Amino acid sequence: MAFTTQLSLLLIIALAFYTFAKRSVTSARNRGELFHSLPNYYGLWVGLAASLPAILLLILWSVIDIQLFQHWVRDYYPAEILAAGGSQEVVALAKVENLVAGIRFGDPEAWVVEASSAWSAWEHSSTTAKTVVALLLSISGGFVAYRKISNQFRARNAVERILFWALISASTIAILTTIGIVLSVLFETIRFFQLVPPTEFIFGTEWNPQFEGAERAGTGGGDAKYGMLPMFAGTFLISAIALVVAVPVGLASAIYLAEYSTPKVRATIKPLLEILAGVPTVVYGFFAALTVAPMIKQAGESVGLTVASESALAAGLVMGVMIIPFVSSLADDVINAIPQALRDAAYGLGSTKSETTRQVVLPAALPGIVAAVILAVSRAVGETMIVVMAAGLAANLSFNPLDAVTTVTSQIVTILVGDQEFESAKTLSAFALSTMLIILTLGLNFFALQIVKKYREQYD
Amino acid sequence: MTDNQFMGLSPQEATLRVEASLRQRRKREKRFRLMGLAAVALALSFLVILFTGILSKGLPGMFQYYVQLDVELDRARLDPAGDLSAASLYSGDAEALILEASLASIGEEEGRKTKRALRKMVSSGASIRLIEFVQSNPQVLNTKQTIKFAVDDDIDSFLRGFIDRETPEKDRRIDDLTIDIVDRWQAAGLISYELSDYLFFGSASRDAEMAGIKGALIGSLLTLAICISIAFPLGVAAAIYLEELAPKNRWTELIEININNLAAVPSVVFGIMGLTIFIVTFGMPRSIPLVGGVVLALMTLPTIIISSRAAIRAVPPSIRDAALGIGASKMQVIFHHVIPLAMPGMLTGTIIGMAQALGETAPLLMIGMVAFIVDIPAGFMDPATVLPVQIFMWADFAERMFIQKTSAAIIVLLAFLITMNAAAIALRKKLERRW
Repeated sequence: MAFTTQLSLLLIIALAFYTFAKRSVTSARNRGELFHSLPNYYGLWVGLAASLPAILLLILWSVIDIQLFQHWVRDYYPAEILAAGGSQEVVALAKVENLVAGIRFGDPEAWVVEASSAWSAWEHSSTTAKTVVALLLSISGGFVAYRKISNQFRARNAVERILFWALISASTIAILTTIGIVLSVLFETIRFFQLVPPTEFIFGTEWNPQFEGAERAGTGGGDAKYGMLPMFAGTFLISAIALVVAVPVGLASAIYLAEYSTPKVRATIKPLLEILAGVPTVVYGFFAALTVAPMIKQAGESVGLTVASESALAAGLVMGVMIIPFVSSLADDVINAIPQALRDAAYGLGSTKSETTRQVVLPAALPGIVAAVILAVSRAVGETMIVVMAAGLAANLSFNPLDAVTTVTSQIVTILVGDQEFESAKTLSAFALSTMLIILTLGLNFFALQIVKKYREQYD
Repeated sequence: MTDNQFMGLSPQEATLRVEASLRQRRKREKRFRLMGLAAVALALSFLVILFTGILSKGLPGMFQYYVQLDVELDRARLDPAGDLSAASLYSGDAEALILEASLASIGEEEGRKTKRALRKMVSSGASIRLIEFVQSNPQVLNTKQTIKFAVDDDIDSFLRGFIDRETPEKDRRIDDLTIDIVDRWQAAGLISYELSDYLFFGSASRDAEMAGIKGALIGSLLTLAICISIAFPLGVAAAIYLEELAPKNRWTELIEININNLAAVPSVVFGIMGLTIFIVTFGMPRSIPLVGGVVLALMTLPTIIISSRAAIRAVPPSIRDAALGIGASKMQVIFHHVIPLAMPGMLTGTIIGMAQALGETAPLLMIGMVAFIVDIPAGFMDPATVLPVQIFMWADFAERMFIQKTSAAIIVLLAFLITMNAAAIALRKKLERRW
């Protein structure tokens, strides 16, 4: 862990500068000199000057040098690998990197040994240079900053300006993440659409990328088809089952908790319900696959129905249970936000509590409840582990809850887990599916927020 | 008009009608109330079913069967080189010593069939256990010691009653001879049912009786350490900027929209981002806690930012005004007054975010933390897996005993999550201040 060592070295230097500057300003103050800022700020100013530029350089260098090595190492590859390009180069790089890390698989080829020894040499000189430059930068930065200290120097303003920019850059992480997400799926999706036309992907009703290998090998056995409809049908089927469970139960418990229960009961029940949302999805998946699915199969077969052992019903029911607290706590918030005056008016006219709730509170809360349900749908669509473990992989275009179906997320996981060739249409199709998934969930989210925004101001 | 129907009625008749409708309405009221109560009861019963299901399978999974054998620790055979080094011990004859001890335990000397049966009855990790025992207590060499070894997972399943001795021999996973030996062991009181040390101190293994969660647990801790050290400072800093310093303009609005959107992005998408950006583009290794932690940090960032903003907003403006009034700068107000007062709320949000990260599986599958890793990770750059992914992998194995081990691992995971959430609630209760 060279990086950690370098980092701690820099931090120690910065700390030394901080203490030194702070102490010298303090003693000057004790001699009766007047300073603009408190000694602490002079210390911070020098300490930051000694650490920030050096750390940034260290990080930047560490990111760039690997890229450079990966570029340079191509000079060592045999001509046929360079000619083949793509996945061959990835394999070659992995071989070299493994050897550099000291992992040997059998007897590596001569060029691999040569490349990896060159790589180690680069790495060694790069690390040395990096350390020396960073240390020099740190020490010189500290000295320059220290020389700047005078009675007139406004250290507090300088430190606060640095802090201000640090806070701003922290808040841009959200934007960077979004850009990262978009870029990470965008290029691969475009490459996928160069191989498979978008119309075929969006309107196709057949999905069998597993034929891809056979197709490329030319052994026949059918074409690989990339139609996303079966997966979206499966996703919606399972989400619909989940909503059939979650919406009535969640809504009714929200109404009960908000309108009927005493505050004490509410304070115990609400956290208990929220445990359901806190249980990891992999636990639900395990429960669905091992307990619920066999139960449904048995029950179905005892009345003479054919039930797939990985039925959509099992995954949907369990997912519904998971979403209950999501619906109930959002709906609870909305119902609580309805002004008491509306209820009092209804009571004043002689309505019972249930009449008030049904005819006054619920209509007033409807937009918020709709938004809550939409958010629940978005949650169900993006849920991964339950469907991976309990819904199976058969891409059936079916709306029968007793059939096995597959979903967008479970296909993404199945395709991308493990080592794949990054060039094949099968791998790329996972990125196209993710793009669709992102568009769908963000669309639902946007829609829900619009509803909330549009109807919110009525009672404020 | 509905009023018209009451026109021309006598007061008595009107009262009767109203009373009839009142009865109806009260009945409906009662029904409505019961419906709500039933919904709450249903939701809570799901919780109970889930937890009893997991506990009833998982608690037995915390235990396993051991057989107690008297092993002759012959130094010459155990440690041929005589230096107690790992190389010497592993080239030694530990396995044969255990086999002899098990033969002795049923009072037999020879017999190929018996030997073959016995070899499959004691866990294949027994010799490693014996070697480790000798390594840590060298004084036991050349003595006879009573040591407990885990039995093979089929024997374990048989002892739990999952394998019926009435089924014909060829349909059973274990043969008649094996059952006979187990009976003899039981009669001699050699079999014991104890808290499984493999579960807590073993690492991943294909053999159900030896599989443990230690590696996954350490992987989880390493990943969470990265996650919290990135997500907490960044989340708090972003919240401070947005609440205290940001001007109301388009840029700020864009940031807020982005945060809300990120909260809605499915977790698996964060995994895809981690795969393409960190592993494919930056060339970082697969399966390491560093990448896992960064991905989870980006995923939990919205949760932390949103709860930190709420905590900052709850600090009353009078405190800021007072500090500004005695000459503090904006940054001094924030760092000396607002942050310390908002800290409990921020910590609560962070703990909840960390609990979410601890239970997350899908994004970590994407970045390859699903590999079969036997070594216990020692650092942030070592290949590792995490507890939820371990649960996912075990859930796929066919052996009966893995179901119990999986449930036991789930109990451990849930215990961690419940502790974290309880800590968050306690923290909120203790430090929450009403202004």
